[in-house]
Amino acid sequence: MGALPPEKLLPDDQPIYVASWIYVFGVASLAALVVIIGSGVILSLKGPAWWHFTGIGHFFNSIHLWSVELFFFFMVIHLWGKYWMAAWRGGRSRVWVTGAITFLVAVPAALTGYVSQQNFDAQWIATQAKDGLNSVGVGAFFNVTNFGQMYSYHVLLLPVAVIALVVAHVLLVRKHGVVPPFELDKGLGSPAAPETAPAGSGAQGAPS
Amino acid sequence: MTRLRWSRRKGETVEWKGGYAPYDLVKELFIAIGVVALLAVLLTVLFSSPDDRPSTISQWSREQPVNFVAAAAKELAGTSDTATYGPPYNHNGDGQHAAFLYPQKWLGVSHPINTAKDFVIDPLKTVPDNPAMQSAIAQYQAAPEKTRTAWAEAFAKPLEEYETALEENKAPNRDVSVDPTTGSVTVKAGQAGPVPIMMSGLLDLAKSGGLDGSLLTSRQFFQTDYTKPLLFMADGGLLAERAEAQHLLGDQWGMMNETGSYPGQTWLWLYTVWYQVEPFKTSENADILVMLVMGVLSLAFVCIPFVPGIRGIPRRIPIYRLIWREHYHEHEIEA
Repeated sequence: MGALPPEKLLPDDQPIYVASWIYVFGVASLAALVVIIGSGVILSLKGPAWWHFTGIGHFFNSIHLWSVELFFFFMVIHLWGKYWMAAWRGGRSRVWVTGAITFLVAVPAALTGYVSQQNFDAQWIATQAKDGLNSVGVGAFFNVTNFGQMYSYHVLLLPVAVIALVVAHVLLVRKHGVVPPFELDKGLGSPAAPETAPAGSGAQGAPS
Repeated sequence: MTRLRWSRRKGETVEWKGGYAPYDLVKELFIAIGVVALLAVLLTVLFSSPDDRPSTISQWSREQPVNFVAAAAKELAGTSDTATYGPPYNHNGDGQHAAFLYPQKWLGVSHPINTAKDFVIDPLKTVPDNPAMQSAIAQYQAAPEKTRTAWAEAFAKPLEEYETALEENKAPNRDVSVDPTTGSVTVKAGQAGPVPIMMSGLLDLAKSGGLDGSLLTSRQFFQTDYTKPLLFMADGGLLAERAEAQHLLGDQWGMMNETGSYPGQTWLWLYTVWYQVEPFKTSENADILVMLVMGVLSLAFVCIPFVPGIRGIPRRIPIYRLIWREHYHEHEIEA
């Protein structure tokens, strides 16, 4: 709480440099994750086969699919935006690291969803993905052709990991604030240096 | 009016001394959730989601009886992809490696599969009231391993030639014939021992749907592990044929795609791209090489803030001036 007083956690204002469409993609990624979880919970409540034989089930499966597509789309743009801002400056390296790991963990979270679909896609993707995973020994304990194991990973273990990482990421953003613009030389030609910096030296702002 | 404190101290960002604008984080999040949910609903209404029916062994044996029997004969002979896979399924190979790295071998056999026993003999033993079949199985099992292999290979060879001829649009081998009415397959193989009887029985069992269930059966009533039926089907041609029609093969950017015209797992493009280029494309160890490359790239991605050179690129290529164009514009006027 010391590092995150209420005025930092839920600020009433933000620096005026936070004025670009690129900032939308961070919160859009969060919003897509909320829709993924919401639609996923509905699908979970009815069981893995429900969506194959009911129109309403198929509807929620489609919502789930498209929110995943949107999540990755927003997240990729968000990551590129943060890269070009060098958003790890000012002691924000952990913000970047948690964001990047979230992306990497989201990939198997989606893959386990694809192989849990119980349709031809699931059959084909499972038989293809097994070779890559087996080749590095992962297949010994993570078997993509085992529906039961993949479903457990998809509805519990990996979502929990993604949510935990996202929470950590957002709290770190709140703690350090949105990375400010590069400082300028007096000639206004090129930015002056910094790539990394001590924690807590930045401005406050939105979850970026 | 903004105020910057000009600081050049290495490794710091300046403390923001400029202006602030009113902001409501909670409101922004709720608006974003509403917009994204609406967007997801719109995409759902417009495009729905794919759900192509899964293939079954029954379907495979009915639609492609020769391919099914050829695959089953290879399982019995121990020459199929699964039979020779190595870990985690069996010890009949070391699996893939990269230089001195043999992780597949090191992790061992965690999902043991004996293709002859698990895919052919055990399912046939479940067929009731068929003394001829049980006698054939007993004869096969009593024979020395060398003889068993010779029988199975003698049966499999004409089937392979038949399939190859069809692939190359040549006249098929006359030693293999298919009854179009019953879908039964007859193979003229002189030295095949009891294998023709066993294969005929397995084809009948598969067509009835019994083999689908038999490959799932274990010590428990409830089943969730589809490893055996999936590996058996993957050794045949039906899955690959459907996948090719849907542009899902490895050289068609593989599992990144999805059935129909859906975007699929586009975020896997960097993983899939390596399979399209040399030396990965033709390497027998392509999977481990691609996984290692992706492992290194993933680590580099996470560690960008600490990688000299890469972390400095955003400073040298002024895309940041587009992102913060109002900020820099204001300071240019100020200057």
